[in-house]
Amino acid sequence: MKTYFTPTHEYLTVDADGNGLIGITDYAQKALGNVVYVDMPEVGDEFSEGDDFGAIESVKAASDLIIPASGEVIEVNSALEDNPRLINEDAMANWIIKIRLTDPAELDSLMDFDVYMNYLASDPH
Amino acid sequence: MENIRKTCLHDKHLSLGAQMSPFGGFDMPIQYEGIVEEHNAVRHACGIFDVSHMGEVFVSGPGATDFVNHIFTNDVRGVEAGKCLYGMMLHPDGGTVDDLLVYVRGDNDFLLVINAANIDKDVDWIRRNAAGYDVVVDHQSDNIGEIAVQGPLAETILRKVTGLDEIAGLTFYTFGNYTIYGNADVIISRTGYTGEDGFEIYAPREITRMLWDDLLEAGAKPCGLGCRDTLRFEVGLPLYGDELADNISPIEASLGMFVKTDSHDFIGRDAVAAQKASGASRKLVGLEILDRAIARHGAEVLDADDNVIGAVTTGYRGISVDKSLAMALIDSSYAALDTPLRVRVRRKVFPAKVVPRKFYKKSYKK
Repeated sequence: MKTYFTPTHEYLTVDADGNGLIGITDYAQKALGNVVYVDMPEVGDEFSEGDDFGAIESVKAASDLIIPASGEVIEVNSALEDNPRLINEDAMANWIIKIRLTDPAELDSLMDFDVYMNYLASDPH
Repeated sequence: MENIRKTCLHDKHLSLGAQMSPFGGFDMPIQYEGIVEEHNAVRHACGIFDVSHMGEVFVSGPGATDFVNHIFTNDVRGVEAGKCLYGMMLHPDGGTVDDLLVYVRGDNDFLLVINAANIDKDVDWIRRNAAGYDVVVDHQSDNIGEIAVQGPLAETILRKVTGLDEIAGLTFYTFGNYTIYGNADVIISRTGYTGEDGFEIYAPREITRMLWDDLLEAGAKPCGLGCRDTLRFEVGLPLYGDELADNISPIEASLGMFVKTDSHDFIGRDAVAAQKASGASRKLVGLEILDRAIARHGAEVLDADDNVIGAVTTGYRGISVDKSLAMALIDSSYAALDTPLRVRVRRKVFPAKVVPRKFYKKSYKK
């Protein structure tokens, strides 16, 4: 399973079936603080790379969720509906949506783990 | 941000690691450890806030009582020294210039405490309307710091730090003049903006800095403007810019009890008296969103047929109350309790209902 990262702190992990599990990074959950709501799309919704597919809300503010690659939503993590703080407990384990990738070649333009770590270490975001 | 201002405690916020953000023209701490932790400290123990960004204007002179009543919706005549009054300054059309506290310091001697974002507008408004009154308007915002000490342990901690046992005798919305640190004159009022018991201390800048350090040392938790907003929201208190504005009257904001249209004449009285008599067309209500979704400032409020009937002024997932709640300014024909409404949050629409605006019970020392 390989994981890719965006400059806006989403991740996409390719699972054993070749589908994409999308969530926010540990850096993002720390920056947000207590997550109180996750606005998720519906199964069947289709998005193009860069679209906002929902929002994540801390006490203070809402932040858009940007999709790292194009695809169709095939599952949403319904555990987050009643317990959005799972994202604070383990952001990488608690993905938000699962998509069927429509253009896996798009993944090549995303950051891998090492590049993302360097990105975090460089400029303020 | 050009000309962003700093309070006398700015460097202390930075050294405490606060997340800073502009508010009302000042670079202010939004949170230190986290909004939830700070909110709970105020509800259950004691938190301190730097509110030095608030403005202070002294009004005195033979015409001061008449002048304050001319610009203020509450009635200061006959009020004994040592009491605070809440109310508004209004435009002639009833819109709100600002909401403020008036401290009655003596015969014809008042302190007006105004919102940071409105300091320039208010001082100009006060000076312009003082023409013809025998008063001295003394703007002291730049020389006075202010700390709010809030929560059930506020009295214990403030007495320990100041040695002023007599503050135990202050009741809600009263104040006194005290001397601390040997020779520093301060004003301490039993007031706040959190729904909890607490005090606000007005002091010279250097004294404010000493007091801040000593309050932290005594166990008070530093609290940012983030939880100040969640705390005031839960008890239904308005924030200028959200629930009140130049184009929102206090009658619309459901604050008519602070508008004494029958007792005295003041700027805007005719407009708000008419609203009181016939009912304002808009009304501020509480909403419970029947979902986890959060309807924030600006979210549309809809009726059953998808007509837009108003907008959310403030909304949060409650911290002391585990519900998604909002205050909203809506068409007053929908304002009855339990009226089913809907709110639009981004692409989705969620059911909501009208509820009392006091989402959480206040704990004042009456």
